Amino acid sequence: MTQEQEYGKMIPEPVPETAYFWEKVREHELWIQKCTDCDHVFHYPRFHCPKCTSSNLDWFQASGKGTLYTYMINHRPAPGFQDEAPYAIAVVQLEEGPRMMTNIVGIENTPENLVLDMALEVTFDDVLPDVTIPKWKPA
Amino acid sequence: MSLRYKAAIVGASETTEIGVLPETSETQLHIDSAVNAMNNAGIGVDQIDGIASTMNPAILSNYLGIVPKWIDNTSVGGTSFLIHVRHAAAAVASGLCETVLCAMGESGRSRVGVARRGGGGQLDNSYPGQFESIYGPLGPPTLFGMGVLRFMKETGTTLEQLASVAVAQRKWSNKVPRAMFGDLITVDDVFNSRMISYPFNLFMCCLVTDGGGSLIITSADRAKDFPTTPVYIMGTGESVETPIVSQMYDMTHSAAFQTSSKKAFEESGVSHDDIDHLMVYDAFAHLPIYGLEDLGFVGRGEGGAFIEEGNTSPGGKLPMNTNGGGLSYTHSGMYGMYAIQEAVRQVRGEAAHQVEGVKTSFVQGVGGMFMAAGSLVLTNEEPHD
Ligand SMILES: [Zn+2]
Repeated sequence: MTQEQEYGKMIPEPVPETAYFWEKVREHELWIQKCTDCDHVFHYPRFHCPKCTSSNLDWFQASGKGTLYTYMINHRPAPGFQDEAPYAIAVVQLEEGPRMMTNIVGIENTPENLVLDMALEVTFDDVLPDVTIPKWKPA
Repeated sequence: MSLRYKAAIVGASETTEIGVLPETSETQLHIDSAVNAMNNAGIGVDQIDGIASTMNPAILSNYLGIVPKWIDNTSVGGTSFLIHVRHAAAAVASGLCETVLCAMGESGRSRVGVARRGGGGQLDNSYPGQFESIYGPLGPPTLFGMGVLRFMKETGTTLEQLASVAVAQRKWSNKVPRAMFGDLITVDDVFNSRMISYPFNLFMCCLVTDGGGSLIITSADRAKDFPTTPVYIMGTGESVETPIVSQMYDMTHSAAFQTSSKKAFEESGVSHDDIDHLMVYDAFAHLPIYGLEDLGFVGRGEGGAFIEEGNTSPGGKLPMNTNGGGLSYTHSGMYGMYAIQEAVRQVRGEAAHQVEGVKTSFVQGVGGMFMAAGSLVLTNEEPHD
């Protein structure tokens, strides 16, 4: 059985537009992009600004602080998640503006515990020798 | 050019059976409904010179033995069929072809003749693969309602109101023999059904079935040559928003619903008060609530109360999802065709649970998880200046 099969969950595979994001996540840093022409800050990574189409973009390290924007709690686990159900699939609002999907770790995933707009901070899960996934936990 | 009164639906039918059909392949579900729709329109396949479907049109054309002049393979989820109608109307209005078959079939439950789904432990470099699948969603029940808790917090909409969507639609399907679920239910029944993906209990989630439907579309000036009551296409719209639900511009609104429905209303020239009947694609219970608001039928956050108070139920002022919807009638995965079929039946006056005096119906479709939208205004009123 390969390591990937043993892990059992889906594995992100970077493409050229997203490679830098995943490279930085591998170093346990969360980096996002800002357009130097219109100042728009965005995620997921692109080669052009989704506000003005400029390709003058800067990468910068996000603070890693955010809030719980919304979530669902999945009671029917996806492959690889059998031991975790029910577990939340959430969207975090980064303080810099963009939102991203995540799991919430470090707290039992119940509606009582997961209160919208609660403070979160980023953490990093080294799921395979060369794959790390950003997740969020209560701040 | 406006598409207002340029085209009409002159044939419409679902598959002979819907529900659980383990003996019928996905291709055959397309063909079965296509043959039924051609029979309904009183034409043979030799009159079809355009084909639209989410399945490769070459498969259907070759199966039926025709070489069409026009094709559309738009495939943006369950609203694709509304968009096919829009494109077909434009095609017949501009003379690209004369008579279009819009065909749909889906072995969504039995999965006969359908590619197998992948498992875990695999690399995926798509946008969903990199930024969502890694967190363990299992299909639409775990993603489509991602904005619901946010919507509830921002608008005061309650879980009881969410449940009341399912309750209201059973009041319709209760008199629809082909509906999979026809028993009346209460809000408590909804809460007592098993938890699938909080805040969705089972009865807030659509069915998973097999079935299909097809339409025959031609130019409005030919519509009277067919035996059916013409269903004129008055207004149309389409849009897309995002390939991944977490990147909606605002998770409490569908930007695609807004853009698509606004265009359809403008094109049709009718106002909200002129709409006698409404279909809002209901893969999950929040969609009619989002739809009522994003289409402009109610104000901010008023959709839940509007449904809870009975306005969309039998006898209400805006009958909605009158076949029981995806929650109760049928849902093979891409529901939009069934929403169109019910609107056509209501406008023709031949629905199982017929609303009295329907002239004009609005159909709102969604594709993917708020990925895409399509809108249609359909009417039996003859064009007049
Ligand atoms: Zn920009």
